[in-house]
Amino acid sequence: MPEPEENLIERFRQGDLEAFEGLFRQHQRSVFGWIFRIVRNASAAEDLTVESFWRIYQARVRFDPVRPFEPWARRVATRAAIDWLRRQRPEVELSAQLVAVLPAAPTGDPGVAAEIRAKTAQAFARLPPRLRVAALLSVVEGQPHKEVAAALGITVMAAKLRVFRALRLLRKDLEAQGMKP
Amino acid sequence: MNRHEQERIAEVLRQALPPVDVNAAPDRDLWPEMLRRLDEPAPLAFGLLNRPWFDWALLAALAGFAAAFPSSIPTFLYYL
Repeated sequence: MPEPEENLIERFRQGDLEAFEGLFRQHQRSVFGWIFRIVRNASAAEDLTVESFWRIYQARVRFDPVRPFEPWARRVATRAAIDWLRRQRPEVELSAQLVAVLPAAPTGDPGVAAEIRAKTAQAFARLPPRLRVAALLSVVEGQPHKEVAAALGITVMAAKLRVFRALRLLRKDLEAQGMKP
Repeated sequence: MNRHEQERIAEVLRQALPPVDVNAAPDRDLWPEMLRRLDEPAPLAFGLLNRPWFDWALLAALAGFAAAFPSSIPTFLYYL
């Protein structure tokens, strides 16, 4: 029978490596999945999962055991993913080649041509990472604003504002390229 | 940007970047890598020095501005 999470967390906070492994194995998949949604690169998501759990281990004494572990892990992971996005150059991150192989959404409007999708993806990659992550999670991945806000460590209103600003900047960028979305 | 325009640009974005597979999992066991990472010495002042260059540039610009115009400091503090 697996050990209850409260016990694991208490031992983890005291630096018990075995308890940390228990938490790692319990949550690595969801943390990986969350990061993958943001960076959209499986290899980078694996590295960032390790990075996130490393940060979690370093900050273990600051963890409030009254609160659930998962949202905290998700917040740390989001921060690690944003740091990674900041280090990427947009042209490397979403090259035209990569965009070309992106599948169309299943409910795709046939009128939206591959070129438009490529330009949109590239324009999106040029947005500030903090706005990009809010829009990705909310608009693309369909996460509720409450979840997005919790992961970013901001209020729901601030999360909505970031999504709005991201979409507005994206529209401006596309218009500057002569596209009328 | 009105609500309709917002919905339209959101739809264009969804078409360009479809959602990823929600059941995606790591291809390998990450625990051995985690152990290796834990064995590495922690970088000095982790989290403080590990910042992108533009954060430092912004901080320097703010410090310069505050030095030139000390009366602006309370305004900065108010918006922190």
